[in-house]
Amino acid sequence: MGAIWFIALAAAATAPLWVWNPYHLHTLIMAGIFAVLALSLNLLLGYTGQLSLGHAAFFGLGAYASGLLTVKLEWSPWIGLLVAVALPALAGFMIGRLALKIRGAYFVLLTISFSGVVSLVSINWMELTNGPLGLPGVPPLAIALPGVAELSLRTKTAYYYVVLVAVTVCYLVCLGLVRSRVGRALVALRENETLAESVGINVTHYLVLATVVSAGMAGLGGGLYAHYTRFVSPEVFLFTYTVTMVIMVVAGGKGTLTGPVVGAVLFTALPEVLRAATSWQWQMLLYGILLVAVLFFMPQGIVPSLRAAVQRRA
Amino acid sequence: MSGVLEVRDLAVRFGGVTAVGGVSFGVDAGTVTSLIGPNGAGKTTAFNVITGFQRPTAGGVLHDGTAITGWRPHRIAARGLVRTFQKTSLFPALSVMENVVTGLHLRGRVGVMAALLRRGRVREEEQALRADAERVIEFVGLAPRRDTLASALAYGDQRLLELAVALAARPRLLLLDEPGSGMTASEKEALATLIRKIRADGVTVFLVEHDMRLVMGISDRVLVLNYGRLIADGSAAEIQRDPDVIRAYLGADARA
Repeated sequence: MGAIWFIALAAAATAPLWVWNPYHLHTLIMAGIFAVLALSLNLLLGYTGQLSLGHAAFFGLGAYASGLLTVKLEWSPWIGLLVAVALPALAGFMIGRLALKIRGAYFVLLTISFSGVVSLVSINWMELTNGPLGLPGVPPLAIALPGVAELSLRTKTAYYYVVLVAVTVCYLVCLGLVRSRVGRALVALRENETLAESVGINVTHYLVLATVVSAGMAGLGGGLYAHYTRFVSPEVFLFTYTVTMVIMVVAGGKGTLTGPVVGAVLFTALPEVLRAATSWQWQMLLYGILLVAVLFFMPQGIVPSLRAAVQRRA
Repeated sequence: MSGVLEVRDLAVRFGGVTAVGGVSFGVDAGTVTSLIGPNGAGKTTAFNVITGFQRPTAGGVLHDGTAITGWRPHRIAARGLVRTFQKTSLFPALSVMENVVTGLHLRGRVGVMAALLRRGRVREEEQALRADAERVIEFVGLAPRRDTLASALAYGDQRLLELAVALAARPRLLLLDEPGSGMTASEKEALATLIRKIRADGVTVFLVEHDMRLVMGISDRVLVLNYGRLIADGSAAEIQRDPDVIRAYLGADARA
């Protein structure tokens, strides 16, 4: 297991050195952004057992928050990123409070509705968001070094490392929460809410907490996306984003720490591989077939299944 | 002896159906008190109200003189009132150890900030909680099963694990809802011994149970509920002689 970790970390740290093709590096950057999103969704879906089908809303809120602040008010993109975390986290807090007694299907509906509302606002509040035309000219991230000119993180290599740091931080946040009393309270909510309450776990408190952290993390993904693509439009609220996150979490292994990251890399790369390998008619069909195959043969997800296989051999 | 738990004029009605119709009783500290009665007498409903899972239509519950009526279950648990459930209730996908450590939630202090920034403290707490859990698992006799998933345990062991999870929450008043149901005779024997040990540790035990041998063997006091009303209250021996109780269990024409 240690060797696998070492190889994966070494590969991730050196990727720009051996990934020559800029398009492949772009795919890796997107995989990193999706890894942040998948880690975020996994905190809710994998640990508390609550499915948020409006997760793109937090992602989109983050993208718009950072995009608007940097374009309209010309704030520093770094402060934009902070707000991209804070604003969705606040929205997550309100959703969590609303979901006081709402679980399962009702939680799903609440999150979908929220996503619908935010999406409509982004399309119709023309003065603020430019509506469907979107918001061009989002500035790239830059580091101001004292005495030297600003170092722009515009290149793919530089941005790759920004995203890598973000994935690492999000992973460590999840790890820290999960391997503590807090994480156990989240799992208790997933496993048996009534029993959790009867041993003194304030279930609502922990659900709100998970929603806040998860929403903030998804917002960070949105902010990173906005400053990478340099453009924000209402398409950030597309349901496809949420579905992609769910696929990554479930196929990778929900309720595990590495599962969402593995799922994010595989399912960002897969469409690109299929695009290169076949014609467009076959692309989505094969994607679907492969997804069904993964879920059929590894119902727990890729990471738990592989882990079990390694343990059997050992 | 002081009443650690006071139930006053408690009534619960579901629409037109009266589950509990104005019941008052107390549970004395340091005793094993049993609540018995035929099916549908309102025993579990009374438990649900006491532990905050059900709001009463009327009446109230006092714990150590504080009104706890309508409090949410986790707050009541934090006061030291912890229950088990009639239907087996565990964290099925977790091991015996993880189940008990989860039950120790109130003993831990780590919050989000500590979890993220003070890993040293988290590690200390985890070690302390695991040591505590080990003692509880030992106490109920599940030590050989500590790494088994709760869902993979034999039924009798699952009931013991429920007890362990409840004990982990450090109850001062432990409410057991039919702890012996589905157990074999020898398992019930072991359960009776455990309950006596729990009382000896200073925990007040209040239980709902159908098995009369178990009830009569361990109870200092027995309360009898029938159709939502308290019909008897006394020592095990008194209850066994009580004509109202005999009538409730055996029918109106029975003569003892």
